[in-house]
Amino acid sequence: MTALLDVRDLKTHFFTRDGIAKAVDGVTFSVERGEILGLVGESGSGKSVTGFSLLGLVDPPGKVVSGEIVFDGADLVAGGEEAIRGLRGKRIAMIFQDPMMTLNPVLKIETQMVETVLAHADVSRTEALTRCREALLRVGISAPDERLASYPHQFSGGMRQRVAIAIALLHEPDLIIADEPTTALDVTIQAQILAEVQKLCAETGTALIWITHDLAVVSGLADRLAVMYAGRIVEEGPTSEIIANPLHPYTRGLIESVPHGKPHRSLLQQIKGMAPSLLNLPEGCSFRPRCPRADDACRRAQTLGTPLPGRHVRCVHPYIEG
Amino acid sequence: MLVYLIRRLGQSLLAVTAMAFLVFLGVYAIGNPVDILVSPDATQAEIQATVQRLGLDKPLWDQFLVFVGNVFHGDLGTSFVYGRPALDIVLERLPATMELALVALFISVAVGVPLGVYAGLKPDSIGGRSVMAGSILGFSLPNFWQGMILILFFAVFLGWLPAGGRGETVNVLGIPVSFLTLDGLKHLLLPALNLALFKMSLVIRLTRANTREVALQDYVKFARAKGISHRRVVFVHILKNIMIPVVTILGLELGSMVAFAIVTETVFAWPGMGKLLIDSINLLDRPVIVAYLMLTVFIIVGINLVVDILYSALDPRVRLSEVKG
Ligand SMILES: Nc1ncnc2c1ncn2[C@@H]1O[C@H](COP(=O)(O)OP(=O)(O)OP(=O)(O)O)[C@@H](O)[C@H]1O
Ligand SMILES: [Mg+2]
Repeated sequence: MTALLDVRDLKTHFFTRDGIAKAVDGVTFSVERGEILGLVGESGSGKSVTGFSLLGLVDPPGKVVSGEIVFDGADLVAGGEEAIRGLRGKRIAMIFQDPMMTLNPVLKIETQMVETVLAHADVSRTEALTRCREALLRVGISAPDERLASYPHQFSGGMRQRVAIAIALLHEPDLIIADEPTTALDVTIQAQILAEVQKLCAETGTALIWITHDLAVVSGLADRLAVMYAGRIVEEGPTSEIIANPLHPYTRGLIESVPHGKPHRSLLQQIKGMAPSLLNLPEGCSFRPRCPRADDACRRAQTLGTPLPGRHVRCVHPYIEG
Repeated sequence: MLVYLIRRLGQSLLAVTAMAFLVFLGVYAIGNPVDILVSPDATQAEIQATVQRLGLDKPLWDQFLVFVGNVFHGDLGTSFVYGRPALDIVLERLPATMELALVALFISVAVGVPLGVYAGLKPDSIGGRSVMAGSILGFSLPNFWQGMILILFFAVFLGWLPAGGRGETVNVLGIPVSFLTLDGLKHLLLPALNLALFKMSLVIRLTRANTREVALQDYVKFARAKGISHRRVVFVHILKNIMIPVVTILGLELGSMVAFAIVTETVFAWPGMGKLLIDSINLLDRPVIVAYLMLTVFIIVGINLVVDILYSALDPRVRLSEVKG
């Protein structure tokens, strides 16, 4: 069976006044039906831009310059706007990072939900409203009629994110791209929403790309992880294997900087240095200046290798025992 | 909402009173009106009599109270020139000015908003750039000069439209209007266009700036991610957000439109309040000047009030916080 989504060598660049920012520079990954993929990386590594590229929503001066996004057998890059338009909201949905900004402040929830239903389904307004009510109930919002008549500002952040999730679920899509949907929320709500999304996706067989900078959040959720650094995937593989045995020095750094399970006062290991500017990337491996294992071999262009079965890593000195 | 209304009414009243004081100071108290009212070879006794008749010997504060009292009774003095109540004379000219201002406002929105949205959505296209260049001209060329060029081109050179006057009018609810007759419409078009050009440029720039800002908001991206049509994104999600600042500014500008009309009415010999004001200044008809100023203040304050209410109707966030507060 072919994968639901197959992204090959995707490049999305921003043509800014100061130069070309290669926010996504040759990203390759795939997502199977019903699978949860965690896309992990520091701030600015290009996770959101990857997500927007999949939906054809990159704003100028950004542009998908090359690569393939094969969704259910059709290449969305080659097909352009035509190919992607009918899929948005119907077969691929997205949940955004900041729930305070995702709903239109001057439109009622009802308007924003009903238009989504009517965009893809040929049903009456009443029928559309019924579906909206069901969707709200599904994400744990009670008294849906009252909620539908409200404006976004009358809701808390967690509630707004639930509404956004309800909207994403309206058409039971094949794939949901969740771009750090819980980062802006407090920890308890974060956990609730995480659990709910996981449950709903399992129920409907929806595949999920969960974007986050927080490895702890995604490690309990995702089937597989893709670790992104400076616009590239540096490591990819099954979650448990990566957590137990990270191959790339950057992944190892990320895992060591997670507070989880450490004695209380012991110092967290930080990755030293700062994320590089996309306008001025070092040649060869972009992680080289921060890497404890770097040597001259790292100056050469890096390719994604498969040192262990099912494990992909872009590094000439991966941590492989023995 | 009621509390809000009452508070806003109170503010409006305060504004009118403050303006009344300024008008009073500016027109009555500065300079000695007696010098103008009495012939140069009047005797001391005659001057004294006039001063007493006009109450000019009383303290300034008393004079102001008398003036305000009269204003509240709708008495703004009798025109020296026409010998009739000044307010009546100004009010007779009000419909012509309001018609001009409203038609100009309509033109500036009907043309300005679409052009602004277009330029905002496609800021780097040739069309978008031309719109912006045009708006700079509308902004910076003097209004009276634009008016004369319009007359030169459309009235003198092409001969399509008349150069001045109001043309044929019909009465609607007892108010004469031009825009319902073909002749009136022809007369109205050039002055309205002239008055609209400046505001149109303002609307274009405002709309463009807001469109650019709103188009980059997450909620617009989210709307697109939901798969709704591009049209709906622009006309519902973007337009509804940019209408809030546009309505606010325009409401405030309607007042200044009435004021700006002075220039346009003079250039196009449009028989409105503005032209009356200029004529009255030339004739030193002070009650009419005062009546004009007070009426204009009243109109502008009234418009601001209406705009605030409209604004809260457009923006649910304002509505709610005011209900609470
Ligand atoms: N509009 C833009 N203009 C120029 N460069 C941009 C623009 N948007 C994004 N970029 C570039 O793309 C890079 C990646 O951005 P992206 O939003 O994908 O990061 P991210 O991994 O999602 O980070 P975060 O965790 O902070 O959301 C940015 O560092 C920036 O250099
Ligand atoms: Mg992001």
